Amino acid sequence: MNWNWTTLKDFLPSFWDGLLVTLQALLLGSLIAFALGLFWALAQRSRLKVVSWPVTAFTEFIRNTPLLVQLFFIFYVLPEWGLTLSALTTGVVGLGLHYSTYTAEVYRAGIDGVPAGQWEAATALSLPRSRTWTAVILPQALRRVVPALGNYVIAMLKDSPMLMTIGVLEMLGEARQFGSQTFHMNEPIVLVGIAFILIAYPASLLLRALERRLVR
Amino acid sequence: MSAETEPTPQIPRDTGTTREVIRLDQVTKRFGDNTVLDQLNFTVDAGKHVTLIGPSGSGKTTILRLLMTLVQPDEGIITVDGEQLYPAPEKQVREVRKKIGMVFQQFNLFPNMKVLRNVTEAPVTVLGMSKDEAEARARELLELVGLADKCDAYPTHLSGGQQQRVAIARALAMRPQVLLLDEVTSALDPELVAGVLDVLRDIAHSTDITMLCVTHEMSFARDISDQVLMFDSGRVIESGSPEKLFGDPDHERTREFLSTIL
Amino acid sequence: MTDFSAGLWELLLRGVWITVQLTVYSAALGAAVAFVVGLARTHRLWIVRFISGAYFEIFRGTSALVLMIWVFFVVPLTLGWQLVPMWAAVLTLGCTYGAYGSEIVRGAVAAVPPAQTEAGIALGFTPAQRLRKIVLPQAWPEMVPPFNNLLIELLKGTALVSVLGVGDITFAAQLVRNATGDSAPVYTVILVMYFVLAFLLTRVMRLVERRAKAGVGRSAPSGRTVIRKAGPGPRKDLVADSSATGGAA
Repeated sequence: MNWNWTTLKDFLPSFWDGLLVTLQALLLGSLIAFALGLFWALAQRSRLKVVSWPVTAFTEFIRNTPLLVQLFFIFYVLPEWGLTLSALTTGVVGLGLHYSTYTAEVYRAGIDGVPAGQWEAATALSLPRSRTWTAVILPQALRRVVPALGNYVIAMLKDSPMLMTIGVLEMLGEARQFGSQTFHMNEPIVLVGIAFILIAYPASLLLRALERRLVR
Repeated sequence: MSAETEPTPQIPRDTGTTREVIRLDQVTKRFGDNTVLDQLNFTVDAGKHVTLIGPSGSGKTTILRLLMTLVQPDEGIITVDGEQLYPAPEKQVREVRKKIGMVFQQFNLFPNMKVLRNVTEAPVTVLGMSKDEAEARARELLELVGLADKCDAYPTHLSGGQQQRVAIARALAMRPQVLLLDEVTSALDPELVAGVLDVLRDIAHSTDITMLCVTHEMSFARDISDQVLMFDSGRVIESGSPEKLFGDPDHERTREFLSTIL
Repeated sequence: MTDFSAGLWELLLRGVWITVQLTVYSAALGAAVAFVVGLARTHRLWIVRFISGAYFEIFRGTSALVLMIWVFFVVPLTLGWQLVPMWAAVLTLGCTYGAYGSEIVRGAVAAVPPAQTEAGIALGFTPAQRLRKIVLPQAWPEMVPPFNNLLIELLKGTALVSVLGVGDITFAAQLVRNATGDSAPVYTVILVMYFVLAFLLTRVMRLVERRAKAGVGRSAPSGRTVIRKAGPGPRKDLVADSSATGGAA
């Protein structure tokens, strides 16, 4: 192994820039995934077949096809339709949309996990349907889904390097750019690889602790 | 009931000299701070049927699990048929263990095997019996427990009582010298208990197998036992013939215990 | 979509074949890794558990794309030999998804009631016999649905190899896009191709599941949607952590 600490030091400024972009994409992507996922989950439960069926089909399709191709689709096809997004925006939308189909499943399981008696009690009290959702069902469902949602944030973190392929300078993008300029690829990419583990591992430990507290 | 003491009742099938088949010396077992067995000594002679009774948590089941090597004692020596089971090297443990069979409270049949294979699997793989021989014997045993027609069923399709009778056949297929019965009827619906106990009575009266039995079925215990041991807090506080122990116990704790279950 | 020439269709179909091969080889390697590491994580020696557990945590924390690029670009530079891109990809995907799979194996083995092992001891089976004849046959049906999810994740993961220049579906699509200058048709077509592959995989795994369940005398479940399987946790990390609670360390 030819390892050069000076090279690593030279890469550090770009690394911090990349880390910032990664975290930015992760935060915004998560917000989209959380919100859109809840929307999908509620729409899938709609009594109107014209709502529930297309939404189910769409989310199934998105979840069973690669995020990478979806990123290309948004990046190359949308401009042809007259909608041009920046690379980072494309990445955030792609991550958020793709993972919203997973969070939708999480919400669905959380809602199904609320005992039937809760619905019956709400009916017995003549609560309107919207009130039943906002005051009774969702508060109980959301509490259980927090750890599972967190796991998807970690999964999203590990998928974020794909944004490099559409030109986003997140951590891996910075490493590749640095490598093509200096012909030193080893040090930056090892650093980036370790950075992912250093973020993901403590986060997953935290989530496991959270899961024990919230779900049991 | 007769009040005379009779530590060794006369049993017709008890031929030849008595021989110790199980021996526990100063056996102690703790789970955490809880001492389940406290320097316990006891022996069982070959062919005898011994029933262990006592409140739950008194250590009865632990003795069976120690003999089956499912748990290890903290102190003491366990000997089976003259050979040491604990402490002993793994290879010896495996050999000695073959002399012992066990029937569990929850049956523990293998759900991935049909009934016949549940019974033949161990004789074939462990004893090296030929498949044909093992199957012939398995069919005999299933006949004995009244389930000859269920050979090709999966355990999940049987009632609890049927499963337990298969489990008995499975244990007997290994030709053990000692059969351990761990509350074999307590997971069964009441109407299924009699069928299982009838099978065990039959085995007790027609074979010379040594039985060590933990049960709450007092009439069954009275029927088959040569000796009853009353446990409390990890010690044997009283032992004797079923007539004596059930009819006229010496110990106050025994009387209390019997009044709660009879 | 009709303005693809026959040559471009051929390019895409060749890409499908590469994607299928990548999926099959990586799944085979991944399955081997999953069983070895997963069983090692239930071993009675702490050192074996520690090493296999470390493998799991490291690969679970790593981004597959970062690892793939490292294996492809950096390992040859430092070791002096070049890995065929296809095999660099298979190695990375197999090791990564195998790590996720090890959690499925570990969880399913840990979920077999201890009483089954006790019954095996009572009948005199050796530890290897207990594993082969009692524990694994019972754990297997529990593994199939999560393995199905993982396989679909793997299929989607193979798209990453286009970054290395391996000619899979995604790479072929880029070539087609360059040739036609039109993005919408080709990306729509390949998204559908991936979906169809995922659908076929799910069908096959349903069949496997039905047979596995019949082998322990249970009836097979019925799936709800076209492609979704019945059961908990659709994805890697969810799979990992939902079963982590049931296991012994």
